[in-house]
Amino acid sequence: MKSRHVLVLSGGLSPERDVSLRSGRRVADALRDVRPDWRIAEADVDAALLPSLQQNRPDCIVPLLHGAAGEDGALRDLLETLDIDYVGSDASGSRLAFDKPVASTLVSGTGVAVPEFVVMPQSTFRELGAPAVMAAIGDRIGFPLVVKPTRGGSALGLSIVRQSEDLPHAMVSAFAYGETVMIQRFISGTEVAVSVINGPDGIRALPAVEIVPESGMYDYHARYTAGTTEFFCPARLTEKMAATVSEVGLTVHSVLGLSDLSRSDVLVDDDGVVWFLEVNVAPGMTETSLMPQAISAADLSVGDVLAHIIESD
Amino acid sequence: MNERPSSGSRLDPWVDSYAQRAKNVSGSAIRALFSVASRPEVVSLAGGMPYVQALSMDHMADVAARVVREQGARALQYGSGQGDIHLREQILDITAEVGVRAHPDDIIVTTGSQMALDLVTRTFCDPGDVVLVESPSYVGALGVFRSYECDIVHVAMDDDGLVPNALRETIESIRAQGKRIKLLYTIPSFQNPAGVTQPAERRREILEIAQSAGIAVLEDDPYGLLGFEGDPPRALRADDDQGVIYLGSFSKTIASGLRVGWAIAPHGVREKLVLAAEAATLCPSNYSQLTVSEYLATQPWREQIKSFREVYRERRDALLDSLQAMMPEGTRWTIPAGGFYSWVTLPDGLDATAMLPRAVAELVAYVPGTGFYVDGQGVSNMRLSYCYPEPDRIREGVRRLSSVVESELEIARTFGTASVPSPGSPTAPGESSTPGPDVA
Repeated sequence: MKSRHVLVLSGGLSPERDVSLRSGRRVADALRDVRPDWRIAEADVDAALLPSLQQNRPDCIVPLLHGAAGEDGALRDLLETLDIDYVGSDASGSRLAFDKPVASTLVSGTGVAVPEFVVMPQSTFRELGAPAVMAAIGDRIGFPLVVKPTRGGSALGLSIVRQSEDLPHAMVSAFAYGETVMIQRFISGTEVAVSVINGPDGIRALPAVEIVPESGMYDYHARYTAGTTEFFCPARLTEKMAATVSEVGLTVHSVLGLSDLSRSDVLVDDDGVVWFLEVNVAPGMTETSLMPQAISAADLSVGDVLAHIIESD
Repeated sequence: MNERPSSGSRLDPWVDSYAQRAKNVSGSAIRALFSVASRPEVVSLAGGMPYVQALSMDHMADVAARVVREQGARALQYGSGQGDIHLREQILDITAEVGVRAHPDDIIVTTGSQMALDLVTRTFCDPGDVVLVESPSYVGALGVFRSYECDIVHVAMDDDGLVPNALRETIESIRAQGKRIKLLYTIPSFQNPAGVTQPAERRREILEIAQSAGIAVLEDDPYGLLGFEGDPPRALRADDDQGVIYLGSFSKTIASGLRVGWAIAPHGVREKLVLAAEAATLCPSNYSQLTVSEYLATQPWREQIKSFREVYRERRDALLDSLQAMMPEGTRWTIPAGGFYSWVTLPDGLDATAMLPRAVAELVAYVPGTGFYVDGQGVSNMRLSYCYPEPDRIREGVRRLSSVVESELEIARTFGTASVPSPGSPTAPGESSTPGPDVA
């Protein structure tokens, strides 16, 4: 087996830096466990990165940067420019996935259900008057509704708004993370994450993970504090429903042109409709993240899955 | 649906085994943002890291080498639970600067004064006992009081620190509820986070109130020698050796990494603290204690403190001048006469916690005010630290911050949220919205 030099990139400057660093350490360790003869290095994304890549070129990079630069395609564009192999979707797919409204529109075109949404930059509220715009949105979408930044993960800046009086503060919270917000109909149901990997048997969906946060909301705290969320993997779905969820994950992966690995977050409502919410091209790999649970439920290991992807390139 | 498993995984098999006090502590999205603040691109006005670069590292290396070479067998061995006797004698030279005279036996050396805070609280407080704290107060103390399940009650402050009348009224009100007040926790000089200092007359009044109410005063004085004008303020302990437990530290006058602090307490209290300290750590680090002792014996420590004062005064001035020149109208801040911090109040009731992600994206960080309260106050406040960044970086940080505040004002005006506190703090009870101690 060929020895390789693999560089795991994590950190960066996004609000998800801490999560990314934890993902990076876990993945690097997992690769060292399964490929002890490989040289596995870890690096942050800063001014030292490019000179280091030019001096000491790795065979492959595992980008585990969450949020902008890591998931919006910019870093991947750069790696392509430098002609360095990397794990995961290319710049184009990443761009589509990272922009939630764009991804939602493309996925909706395949017939997968997507909750109704509108997208507004801050300037629209300022120029047209926020009260009138918010009233129109409330009338159109109805309450409860979800407000979130159009880009970014870990539920940062996301609020579930149950009454119109709380809408202004939800807007302010979302705009703290970006210039444009997505306001979406709230769907009540079972929250499920479906991971897709390029495994030894080709592209496949892993067992879905059902998420039951203690507080009722899968926010940042519930995501990264062990003990605050109960996970069921495989999800408590009928065989038919589990197959539908897997199919949605594969459809999203395919329509956005994603590669190697992705994680789609969906909701299964009481009528059995599977609603697409968003997709991640650099899914979290921390101790409490969803993809490692799905990998484990499929009797695989994070190290084996990533090593296989790297060796397949 | 398939047959449902009765329970899933919560990824922590011990989640039902933790003590209630451990459940009170958790991370938060806000705390995670401080991970970004540690990057060099970010001007961090958040953490309270002393500028240890002002020390001569060659001299520190000599001191450390001498300790190992000449006293290695002692430095690397267990020591007394109360702390090294020679160091305790030397500590009295330091405390004399703030008027505190005591016997070396009255001192217990601890792993930073944070440990002394823990020891005093565990010695005095049962769950539900009331601890009075300033409004706002040091987040590290709030964390200790919370972990012992104390009932923390804030007492109002003004530009001269704790307000005596508010203290009287709070004591009366709490006692009327049948609750027992165990401690009054105060940082009288260059307070963290507010930067304010109690004048001498007010100190006397506060002492009288505590004495007549029979409440022990826990005086935290890490910044007392770091005043920018005149003599160091006289400590409360200087005028009451029975009612005041005095906490001191070398973290700001030598180096925080040495982790050496101390408590001076009345005889009975000190006995209890020593036993509690032995139960917690057996003894403070002999190596660190002997390093501090050697430093004090061989280095011009008074000159070094003077040099620290000059560094921090220049940075304080850079911060205040920049705030004056750049911050939007309606922003207010305290003017510290020493120490590390200024306390800023944002205009039109802006929410400093909600604004932090935008600030970090613009590469400037601060600590939102809510972390310094236990009751949801401080929404429109932030603590700015000037101790660590160099003056040019401070000016750049304030430039970025002022632009962030302008943007936030625009958003608040757009959505009509100005002057209206958000419904409930974005930080849930028990979640930490402050950085760890190592964030610059």
